[in-house]
Amino acid sequence: MARATREAFGETLIELAEQGLDVVAVDADLAGSTTTAKFGVAYPDRFFDVGIAEQNMMDLAAGLSLTGKIAFTGSFAVFGTGRCYDQIRNTVAYANLNVKICPTHAGISVGPDGGSHQMLEDISLMRTLPNMRVLVPADYMSAKAALRLASKVDGPVYVRMGRQKVAEIFDEEPSLEFGGSNLLREGSDITIVSCGVMVELAMQAAQKLSKEGIEAEVIDAYSIVPFDEKTLLSSARKTKRVLTIEEHSIYGGLGSTVAEILSESEPTKLKRMGMDRIFGTSGNFEELLGHFELDVDSIVRTCKNLF
Amino acid sequence: MSRIAGAPKAEDFDLAEIQKRAHCMRKHILRMVHAAKSGHPGGSLSAADIMACLYFGGALSYDPEDPQNPDRDRFVLSKGHAAPVLYAALHEVGYIPDEWLDTLRHLNSKLQGHPDMLKCPGVEASTGSLGQGLSIASGIALGLAQEDRQSGKELRHVFVMTGDGELQEGQNWEALMYAAYKKINNLVAIVDHNRLQIDGFLDDVLSLGDLNAKFEAFGWKTFVIDGHDINAIQEALLAAKAYEEGPVVILCNTIKGKGISYMEDQAGWHGKAPNDDEYKTALSELL
Repeated sequence: MARATREAFGETLIELAEQGLDVVAVDADLAGSTTTAKFGVAYPDRFFDVGIAEQNMMDLAAGLSLTGKIAFTGSFAVFGTGRCYDQIRNTVAYANLNVKICPTHAGISVGPDGGSHQMLEDISLMRTLPNMRVLVPADYMSAKAALRLASKVDGPVYVRMGRQKVAEIFDEEPSLEFGGSNLLREGSDITIVSCGVMVELAMQAAQKLSKEGIEAEVIDAYSIVPFDEKTLLSSARKTKRVLTIEEHSIYGGLGSTVAEILSESEPTKLKRMGMDRIFGTSGNFEELLGHFELDVDSIVRTCKNLF
Repeated sequence: MSRIAGAPKAEDFDLAEIQKRAHCMRKHILRMVHAAKSGHPGGSLSAADIMACLYFGGALSYDPEDPQNPDRDRFVLSKGHAAPVLYAALHEVGYIPDEWLDTLRHLNSKLQGHPDMLKCPGVEASTGSLGQGLSIASGIALGLAQEDRQSGKELRHVFVMTGDGELQEGQNWEALMYAAYKKINNLVAIVDHNRLQIDGFLDDVLSLGDLNAKFEAFGWKTFVIDGHDINAIQEALLAAKAYEEGPVVILCNTIKGKGISYMEDQAGWHGKAPNDDEYKTALSELL
């Protein structure tokens, strides 16, 4: 069943509370969209909607975490990271506070809202912060697992979620770990590393490539920080070619992470697909994938160019 | 009014004792900043009387033996650059040993240029980037209140001190709106209203206008006092703590650099350390 990763948010918070965890959620007038409102209905005393005030949202969560609570924040990725970056940096990350920054509507998959709302730098912003772990789940089940994983460690975690419904990759919650990845498909000719809603497209591209005699290995790199270097390096050694795909800037996100690891440990032919110093624009997700050449055919074509 | 046995108590309030503490704290501030050869004496000295009263007048409940005692009230220094006055208070409390005072801003010091809760005992939140304390304190207050409602124990309070210049940061007004709307009644803000910021007088840089009216318009109960009158500070702190309808702000009219003649009301002493001669002069004024 196609579901958006954001749909996991409110539901998982409820489950965590039911398990007895002292979770609270703070949102900034987007609780319906992020689905934290569902949690708010179930646990009104643990839900705080601060209105359109992301800076207050982040530091309110920081304060709540200082009283022993596991504080989750919502909002859209563009506001929930960029609008309160200083709060995340100087209050949450600097003091290693137990705040889980879990905005939704990241990347171009936001669609019609356009470039102002299509956050393409959030992974980059979060990845460089000390103490911050970064998770980018690929589908609904994996988002549930990512949120659950985030709740298990003491300290800040970024979980990137999207608005767009994506096809099911996992029919039950996968077992995720920090520094882990999912090897979704084995292949010997090229390694495709992807994260978030682009994983589904990477799998489709791999199937097309297979019909043309190219066997792609597909890695769902859901843990950007820390990163599963071992799986990447062993795959790169095998295939000698690596392609990264993300609906995020190719600077500072997944592509950069992979490039840094490969260039230091296993120099490999590499191509990064994603947004190349360009803002997004209005359109539905399908149209945008074509417009920015991130659709399945573009992935197939780019893979072939690496041979 | 305290859940902790060893905490200073309001009924033991002793004006001379608090004046003595404030006096000692001023000496610590100068010693720290002089040894560091950098730091913020002006906004530390303006807050010294308030801090002495807060920590030794019984309004703030804490455990001199255990900075992490869960029953304690919390204090957040939003104006993090006034770290020396916080360290001075924590030294008087007994959390910070004397020798640390000579290490302010030094490499590997527990006394970072701005308060670091991971390094220094008694620091409740890491601050330094201005405008964040009211939000952090609101979150702490909500969290504590929730627990106290469930346990039926006495409500723990959160005190937060902001500068006045720092109120130019927009986030404060997000937090003020929220705390008043949610009637967070275990939250007390203290404004060290010394009228100066780095670039000069607030009224020349960006005036706050009628600050009391602004706070009232945002739904806060306000007290306006002389921030160097210990009796007035004590009275306001206790009244703020007792107020149950919502958040309270104590607007403290203060003098930047208070206590050191050549620093008083001088923007230039916002973030400058005294040299050896200036330090001697300052100490002689504090004898």
